[in-house]
Amino acid sequence: MSEKKKQVSRRQFLNYTLTGVGGFMAAGMLAPMVRFAIDPVLQTRERGGFSAVVDVDELTNEPQRFDWQIDQVDAWYESKVTRSAWVYKKEDGTIMALSPICTHLGCVVSWQGNDDYPDQFYCPCHGGRYTKEGVNIPNTPPPAPLALYEQKEEEGTLFLGKAIPREGA
Amino acid sequence: MMQKIYDWIDERVDITPLWRDIADHEVPEHVNPAHHFSAFVYCFGGLTFFVTVIQILSGMFLTMYYVPDIENAWKSVYYLQTEVAHGQIVRGMHHWGASVVIVMLFLHTLRVFFQGAYKKPRELNWMVGVSIFFIMLALGLTGYLLPWDNKAYFATQVTLNIAGDLPYIGDFAKTLLAGDPEIVGAQTLTRFFAIHVFFLPAALFALMGAHFILIRKQGISGPL
Repeated sequence: MSEKKKQVSRRQFLNYTLTGVGGFMAAGMLAPMVRFAIDPVLQTRERGGFSAVVDVDELTNEPQRFDWQIDQVDAWYESKVTRSAWVYKKEDGTIMALSPICTHLGCVVSWQGNDDYPDQFYCPCHGGRYTKEGVNIPNTPPPAPLALYEQKEEEGTLFLGKAIPREGA
Repeated sequence: MMQKIYDWIDERVDITPLWRDIADHEVPEHVNPAHHFSAFVYCFGGLTFFVTVIQILSGMFLTMYYVPDIENAWKSVYYLQTEVAHGQIVRGMHHWGASVVIVMLFLHTLRVFFQGAYKKPRELNWMVGVSIFFIMLALGLTGYLLPWDNKAYFATQVTLNIAGDLPYIGDFAKTLLAGDPEIVGAQTLTRFFAIHVFFLPAALFALMGAHFILIRKQGISGPL
């Protein structure tokens, strides 16, 4: 400890006090506004739930596109939004429900969308391709396989939930 | 740290005279409440400015959620009030601040009037100040419609009918404000919104700039 106490000049003291009070007032004013602005980032939303999509009997070994509608709540605007999936039955009977959203940049893929690639999903935007299992084909733009929908089967009806992304191949 | 950053900039662009010009000036004794408590009447102009800053900030944030459309205006206001964190506070600041700013402006005007501070050579600043007063009233008027609830709708109905009673140009003024000769609706709302958030604030900033430059140029009026 030094012998001499460090003197705070009158001017310094006033400077500190004014800065402190001013800062406190500015913070009190801005805090609610900032919290208000960043609310969308912090809001927890319950998403999901399953929707009835198609009778399981209708499924074949060939991917077919099925559309269904979900209720979307977009803040003060509520609407019906169409979702789609490419659905087929594998040889062992398990059901594959693939999201049509290309993992490259979000365009919509189609089964046999290009005559040059029969038995593949094709994205028209940048020529991205996927196998029947939805796995992206190397040396085409997509970095990951098509997402798989959560699914459940009740009384012969296929219900689909959220599309779950898969790890890149 | 801050000092170092400041020095680094100051060494290169010499900013000290800039802020000294704005911030560093003598407060005469007759204006300082520490000497004469009654000098608090000199605060109303500054308080008006302070509340105006709150209005500008809260208004900027409100437009993140508000939609000027007859289908969605009320719903978006309801949403930001009930669902968004601190929505009530931010809208509350804008709502109450709108009244406070008029009160402060009025008190400031009274002070200048009863002290005769508007007399030569400050007549020009008085005129600028009166213009600011009218701009503020117009801001209050146009902002009143934006929530698009019943009170807003019928208040605007009345306003437009008053405008319609102007001699000779009544119908013209009413249509110009409402966007339609008969309907108070979609076009009225978008017009009032544009006037409220772009045109009037632009005019307000220009006039406030002039007001402050003049007061610094002419100095505050002397003691009574």
